Amino acid sequence: MDVELTVNGRRVRERMEPRLLLSDFLRHSLGLTGTHVGCEHGVCGACTVRLDGAAVRSCLMLAVQADGMSIETVEGLAGSGPLTPLQDTFRRHHALQCGFCTPGILMAVLGFAEDYDNPTREQVLDLLSGHLCRCTGYAPIVDAVMDFISRSPAGRTA
Amino acid sequence: MKPAAFEYVAARSLEHALAALAEGGEDAKPIAGGQSLVPALNMRLVRPSLLVDVNRAGLHHVVHANGTVRIGATVRQAALEHDPQTRTRLPLVAQALPHVGHVVTRNRGTVGGSIAHADGGAELPLCLVALGGTIVVDGPSGRREIAAKDFFVTHYLTTLQPGELVVETLWPAAQPGERYAFEELSLRAGDYAQSMVAVSGTTVAVGAVTDRPTVLEEVGALLEGEEPSDALAREAGALAARLVDPPGTIHATPAYLEHLTGVLVERALKRAWTSS
Repeated sequence: MDVELTVNGRRVRERMEPRLLLSDFLRHSLGLTGTHVGCEHGVCGACTVRLDGAAVRSCLMLAVQADGMSIETVEGLAGSGPLTPLQDTFRRHHALQCGFCTPGILMAVLGFAEDYDNPTREQVLDLLSGHLCRCTGYAPIVDAVMDFISRSPAGRTA
Repeated sequence: MKPAAFEYVAARSLEHALAALAEGGEDAKPIAGGQSLVPALNMRLVRPSLLVDVNRAGLHHVVHANGTVRIGATVRQAALEHDPQTRTRLPLVAQALPHVGHVVTRNRGTVGGSIAHADGGAELPLCLVALGGTIVVDGPSGRREIAAKDFFVTHYLTTLQPGELVVETLWPAAQPGERYAFEELSLRAGDYAQSMVAVSGTTVAVGAVTDRPTVLEEVGALLEGEEPSDALAREAGALAARLVDPPGTIHATPAYLEHLTGVLVERALKRAWTSS
């Protein structure tokens, strides 16, 4: 079926099979391989993207379900320009090593920062429990997220 | 890990969804948030011939009226979690929601989907049973209401008939002075619970150690009319541990799960009684 959606601000129109997962549509049809696929059943969090602003697992959605909606992937953050404040915060805290889990975490944190007012460290830990990282031991990721969310909304985008 | 092929209809209204489900026959399935269904599709544990997407069927209302909160089937779990009225009107649900999946899966997972999926280890079905709520379904033989205690049969099995769709759930709002508490233990945050307990007044219900949300009537009878005390909570926990009969899992023996359920009941009662 024909589906029209916006990906990182760009209008996309594609014909696709209903069984095509959103994650595979992004990676294989659009070549946006920054969205990683780990477990394909919603546990690892690597494929997290934003759907009309809300962080969602792209492996747990059919691409046809995103018809008319707006998707943001990790490629929509810095592009080829300077790092966004969130990405820069992750860099400064050494919050990534191999980087496989990072795109999903970045997209989840952006949604989380909008949805939760003054989240506690415990809530941040709870958020990150949905994202498997096998390198860092999580401590620098938690520090980076706490650093980022402690800023005013303006400081998160500037 | 790719779904087998299926037909797909994005329903534009409840009538459209019901007509598509009726036409699709017994191999048709509704899809809402998909946070349980899509993994099952990916692993090919289910191979429906038709998926009827109900996300845009107009089932996303939350209405507070006459002591009841009516929650449309496709209301996202996160929407309920972030609704300030949930804390005051449905305190038990507010306590349980952070245990439902993960932050990100709650953004997509729906209240009605969790109820219809009827996982014996799911939090929202347990809350609905503990509160004495109701499921409203629509289908070929019209609209009907099913008491939560009569809805859940066993793991993944409900009294929904072919072609029927959960359209909303009715949640009795908090009564002044009534106490609520939710407790569960899972090995890691976001994992399935080993055992879970919901307390609403003198109603104590358990899940995960049973194949469906189960009210422990004998525990309620023990608590009825008694003055709250640590000793009473401990006695209620010990009784609950004797009443449940869980099969062992790869993580825990039956004896451990019985003991754990007793501990969670005691803990939930104490917390309910000290909450304001």
